[in-house]
Amino acid sequence: MQYKSQAVAKPYFIGALGLFVAQILFGLIMGLQYVVGDFLFPEIPFNVARMVHTNALIVWLLMGFMGSAYYLVPEEAERELYSPKLAIVTFWVFLVAAALTVVGYLAVPYATLAKITGNDLLPTMGREFLEQPTVTKIGIVLVALSMLFNLSMTYLKGRKTSITTVLLLGLWGLAVFFLFSFYNPTNLVLDKFYWWWVVHLWVEGVWELILGALLAFVLIKVTGVDREVIEKWLYVIITLALVTGLIGTGHHYYWIGTPEYWQWFGSVFSALEPIPFFAMTLFAFNMVNRRRREHPNRAATLWALGTGVMSFLGAGVWGFLHTLAPVNFYTHGSQITAAHGHMAFYGAYVMVVLTMISYSMPLMRGRQANSNASQVMEMWGFWLMTIAMVFITLFLTAAGILQVWLQRVATTPLSFMATQDQLALFYWLREGTGVVFLIGLLVYLASFFKGEKVAA
Amino acid sequence: MSSAFSTSTARNIFFGGTVFFFLMFLALTFDTQQQLPQRDQRAQLSNPQIAAGKKLWEVNNCIGCHTLMGEGAYFAPELGNVYKRRGPEFIKAWIQAQPTGAPGRRQMPQFNLSDKDIDDLVAFLKYASEINTANWPPNIEG
Ligand code: HEC
Ligand code: HEM
Ligand code: HEM
Ligand SMILES: [Fe+2]
Repeated sequence: MQYKSQAVAKPYFIGALGLFVAQILFGLIMGLQYVVGDFLFPEIPFNVARMVHTNALIVWLLMGFMGSAYYLVPEEAERELYSPKLAIVTFWVFLVAAALTVVGYLAVPYATLAKITGNDLLPTMGREFLEQPTVTKIGIVLVALSMLFNLSMTYLKGRKTSITTVLLLGLWGLAVFFLFSFYNPTNLVLDKFYWWWVVHLWVEGVWELILGALLAFVLIKVTGVDREVIEKWLYVIITLALVTGLIGTGHHYYWIGTPEYWQWFGSVFSALEPIPFFAMTLFAFNMVNRRRREHPNRAATLWALGTGVMSFLGAGVWGFLHTLAPVNFYTHGSQITAAHGHMAFYGAYVMVVLTMISYSMPLMRGRQANSNASQVMEMWGFWLMTIAMVFITLFLTAAGILQVWLQRVATTPLSFMATQDQLALFYWLREGTGVVFLIGLLVYLASFFKGEKVAA
Repeated sequence: MSSAFSTSTARNIFFGGTVFFFLMFLALTFDTQQQLPQRDQRAQLSNPQIAAGKKLWEVNNCIGCHTLMGEGAYFAPELGNVYKRRGPEFIKAWIQAQPTGAPGRRQMPQFNLSDKDIDDLVAFLKYASEINTANWPPNIEG
């Protein structure tokens, strides 16, 4: 760690990992409710567990991005962070807001939460992923603005590299597109149309800039390859991402009341979206093969390579699987969607945040890399979580294919609920694999406490 | 990559490409806005029940278990076409009768809604079922 103020990243990372644990626990609750329908009912209805699961995910990824940016920007800008104090205050505001929101979800009925948080004044709640009370949304905007101010000032006063330019563009874009979460017209088609400007333009737009920049940073550090080369790759990747991903939004405009030409625009452009993810895989492997040094942090290198591979599989391959309109007609809103959502989120954004944590945490704790024993344990965590996620995806895909067949293709289609009964085996397998994922996560977390000194 | 292709060329292609395709996306959005009145049943929105129903839909987080036009959660039946599948009387009776309490079966909560509230929700679901969704879902089961 070259600048003292980079250490503000540490609480962000710890907070993020705490929420990650909560996310997975609630994932397991839902996984069980899928097969034992009345589990924890009415104390924790499915929708409540789902809000905690998905909102914890989004918030911890945002925390991870922020921590990563606070670590990265000073180092790239070659100066201390503009205001470390502001960054710390912002962290606590964010953590408390997130915690209060989760308590609100669990403690009172959602309708009550809406009432006491003044949803009537500006109704934004009750839409998937955007369930947070309006005040929490405003809090998120303020936290983002505080971060953007802090980082932009650091950037403007220091060295400007392509990596920081791209990272800041991504973070500004994240904040700007989030503003569409405040637009909630009664017209359902317009509501859905602009809802995707938050969700799709995040994960298949501006977040890819953040992903590319973080990966590029870690690759420079662990491989020692020329910045020139890495920055060119970065620009090529993000160009491909936005050229395909902007109009690729059309793959969500097939069946929600929008004009039918979107079936063409959406299919053609989103079919090209796997290309930037494939480029990311090539990028990671190429740079590691051309490395000029053996960085002692092998775990970080593994996470970086893993991000390249798993984001391509989850977003690229599983995205392509259901993105063409004639296929999506059958798979839309089925377990296929859930399969893709899981592997894409894990492979791209969870893994890139864990890559940054893996690289920077040892440095913030005063060493180049962790002891061998600790790294071996971290790599066990990597493999357990990653392989578990591959199998979760495969089981959900199997469930999805069967679901589509029984409910949507068969000549005498089964009802939704009758179909679900037929899928129970796959849901049990998913739940079992989810437990393996949790074990992987615990092993990963334990690695932080393993062997402070180089192993004897 | 060869040195003829410099970082600044790459950056310019990035900015140029992004601006071009973003403008194209905006143009398509503009055209969509022009065409929507023929598809989205906006004439119905003068009925205040629909706005009230949508609000109830949101503050009770129905989307946390159900899909609506294929978007949402995959735990419970699609509701974009439930008005056509079940009709208004069934929907009203259903919402009032929850939870079923059937052991081991997936449960829907009791929301303690008034008769008027449920009528508003039904009006919202009726409106949703009449939006032109290019013939999705493939069949009535959703
Ligand atoms: C906690 C999850 C959950 C929430 C929240 C929820 N539902 Fe349900 N709903 C279900 C389940 C599960 C079923 C199927 C139950 C069964 O078949 O036994 C269902 C079935 C229905 C049905 C019958 C569908 C059919 O095709 O037979 C309607 C209508 C319905 N829900 C409306 C709503 C409305 C309106 C809301 C919001 C006010 C809502 N639900 C919120 C879980 C939920
Ligand atoms: C890292 C990047 C990505 C992430 C995190 C991601 C995540 C998701 C999630 C969570 C959903 C479900 C949304 C909902 O609940 O309605 C979804 C839907 C979808 N994604 Fe992705 N995705 C990514 C990239 C891609 C790519 C590259 C493609 C295409 C090649 C793609 C194609 C689709 C399609 C077609 C749907 C709609 C599914 C449906 O009709 O139900 N995604 N994605
Ligand atoms: C222990 C493992 C996990 C289990 C058992 C689990 C279970 C579930 C369940 C049951 C749902 C709800 C599906 C529905 O709407 O009906 C869900 C949604 C979701 N989960 Fe998980 N989950 C797990 C891990 C993860 C991880 C690690 C991630 C992130 C990388 C993740 C991201 C998501 C997302 C994005 C959604 C929304 C999906 C969509 O709308 O398509 N989950 N999860
Ligand atoms: Fe998308």
